[in-house]
Amino acid sequence: MSVTKAFTAAREQGRAVLVGYLPAGFPDVDTAITACRAMVEAGVDVVEVGMPYSDPVMDGPVIQAAADRALSRGVRIRDLLRTVEAVAATGAPTLVMTYWNPIVQYGVDAFARDLAAAGGAGLITPDLIPDEADEWLAASDTYALDRVFLVAPSSTDARLAMTAAACRGFVYATSVMGVTGARQRTSEAAPVLVSRVREVTTLPVGVGLGVSNGDQAAEVAGYADGVVVGSALVRRLLDADDAGDLSAGITAVADLAADLAAGVRRPAHRSAEGVLGNA
Amino acid sequence: MSAPVSQLPDQTGHFGPYGGRFVPEALIAALNELEAAHREAMQDPQFTDELKRLLREYAGRPTLLYEARRFSQKAGARILLKREDLAHTGAHKINNVLGQALLTVRMGKRRVIAETGAGQHGVATATAAALFGLECVIYMGEVDTKRQALNVARMRMLGAEVVPVTTGSRTLKDAMNEAFRDWVTNVDHTHYLIGSVGGPHPFPALVRDYQRVIGDEAREQILQQVGRLPDAVCACVGGGSNAIGVFYAFLGDESVRLYGFEAGGEGVETGRHAAAITGGRPGVLHGARSYLLQDDEGQTIESHSISAGLDYPGVGPEHAWLHDTGRAQYRAVTDAEAMEAFLLLCRTEGIIPALESSHALAGALKVAAELGPDAVILVNLSGRGDKDVATAAEYFGYLGESR
Repeated sequence: MSVTKAFTAAREQGRAVLVGYLPAGFPDVDTAITACRAMVEAGVDVVEVGMPYSDPVMDGPVIQAAADRALSRGVRIRDLLRTVEAVAATGAPTLVMTYWNPIVQYGVDAFARDLAAAGGAGLITPDLIPDEADEWLAASDTYALDRVFLVAPSSTDARLAMTAAACRGFVYATSVMGVTGARQRTSEAAPVLVSRVREVTTLPVGVGLGVSNGDQAAEVAGYADGVVVGSALVRRLLDADDAGDLSAGITAVADLAADLAAGVRRPAHRSAEGVLGNA
Repeated sequence: MSAPVSQLPDQTGHFGPYGGRFVPEALIAALNELEAAHREAMQDPQFTDELKRLLREYAGRPTLLYEARRFSQKAGARILLKREDLAHTGAHKINNVLGQALLTVRMGKRRVIAETGAGQHGVATATAAALFGLECVIYMGEVDTKRQALNVARMRMLGAEVVPVTTGSRTLKDAMNEAFRDWVTNVDHTHYLIGSVGGPHPFPALVRDYQRVIGDEAREQILQQVGRLPDAVCACVGGGSNAIGVFYAFLGDESVRLYGFEAGGEGVETGRHAAAITGGRPGVLHGARSYLLQDDEGQTIESHSISAGLDYPGVGPEHAWLHDTGRAQYRAVTDAEAMEAFLLLCRTEGIIPALESSHALAGALKVAAELGPDAVILVNLSGRGDKDVATAAEYFGYLGESR
């Protein structure tokens, strides 16, 4: 099920889509599923399930720590697919975010087939650019899956156009030059990048990297169609794993998701304009 | 500079199915900039003359080609050593870092970062950074900073900051991950000085361009000293930069057999090795498609070798291509075989080779036995063994008072 319906619905409600990321198999497969479902109940519109990978060069320390633990606890691709199936059953479009080698080894077409069968919406591919993606472009067409490629502040206009043309579902704008992880301030480069993407596509634009609370979500929702949150959510589960209190982790994930969901419903630019208008 | 021998990589950086760019989009602009800057630099006599001058006056090139007569007697064939161990900093690594540091300055960047395993590439990078006045940060797995404390000190003496990497397995591959993360964040003013012929395009071709001087010199020297081309060229292969460097000039010489010797560790059959081609299969790691050590689901597997410089789970994509096409043969040499060859060179020639290069020597002994006494074999002695004295002394039990 494509993410398009979530973006359409949010647009009708005059708000941005909230995309929440958690890795499969962390702290364990079933708790990850419970946490994903709790996010959806708390207001996350689209779920991004990460496949833990041994060498995640796009990720900061939080997501890497979770991935390391999940791998050492034996997470497998079949666990990822089981997670997708359980989360997609909530009705929330469910994407997989994965580095490319696990998909290459599983078989690109076979993975697309099994992901579609599990009810997955498609893939976000942090280390796969369209230039290298022929096999995935074909498989995602065959199984009608979304394909979300990343664009960056350093992307040229030509590459933005080429990458957006290869995307289906939405375009993922990485808001800063850097890796995943919560940041004190959201980026000044992000609104510029989003407006550059809008010039080359009518697809929705999601912004990720650095959003960690409702206020930041509101700020990003002021200029983007989607707000992607990962590390801040994963942090809640890492803390719970350290403390040995998984149910507290689920509650913390749900609380943060609710805060973020409220954030995307009060986009910051409108309130700012409102204040200025009244002044 | 010298004319290309091979038409690969193609325009998009592929050697057949290998190579390419499997990196975050954020790095593509920098890779394109690097590719263009390198192409222009290699056609600019100001750049190439300056590099030649540095290689001659600073690095000590051309390095000697030495016929190892007593080692040859033991081997049963004529063995000639390309003495990269005599280059400044004690290994071929200097060729690449001088080229890339010069290119960094040309691109107007002021900071270089690098990954290092045992510390050799880190020391070479810190050396070039000192020479060019560049800020320098070296990522090194925490495990390796403890194993190679002396090299950490050398890098710091040269003015580099050494960052111990505490993520993942805390070894070379994780240092490389961390360097990529730094690069994504600081790419506007930072050059990632990759130390081998791996990574995303254009690195495999770029590093080859800076290392081919080994083979270009050796081919000329052997024609002069022996009067003919060698029957075989032997090199060790971790990432594979010294091997590509010495192979490249001979790619078009069909009579010359090319052999790459991977680190077989405790034996490929034990699973504890670093032989990506011999004991791995194709996949994607650190920006390129090539052979690598991985489990059935594509998670990278830890490599093992007594030689820290070969202890990496991947290999440069051009080697994958040379393997598949049959132009070069890749075989594994175990720790034990390498150590035996190490001691043989010490005892017959008074040359202490690096443990990496000892794999090439061990391989050459096998090739000599196969080709017979009339064979002329060129071995790339990629580095000196001073850095390995502690490891070798422990291996041979030379540290106890009774000895």
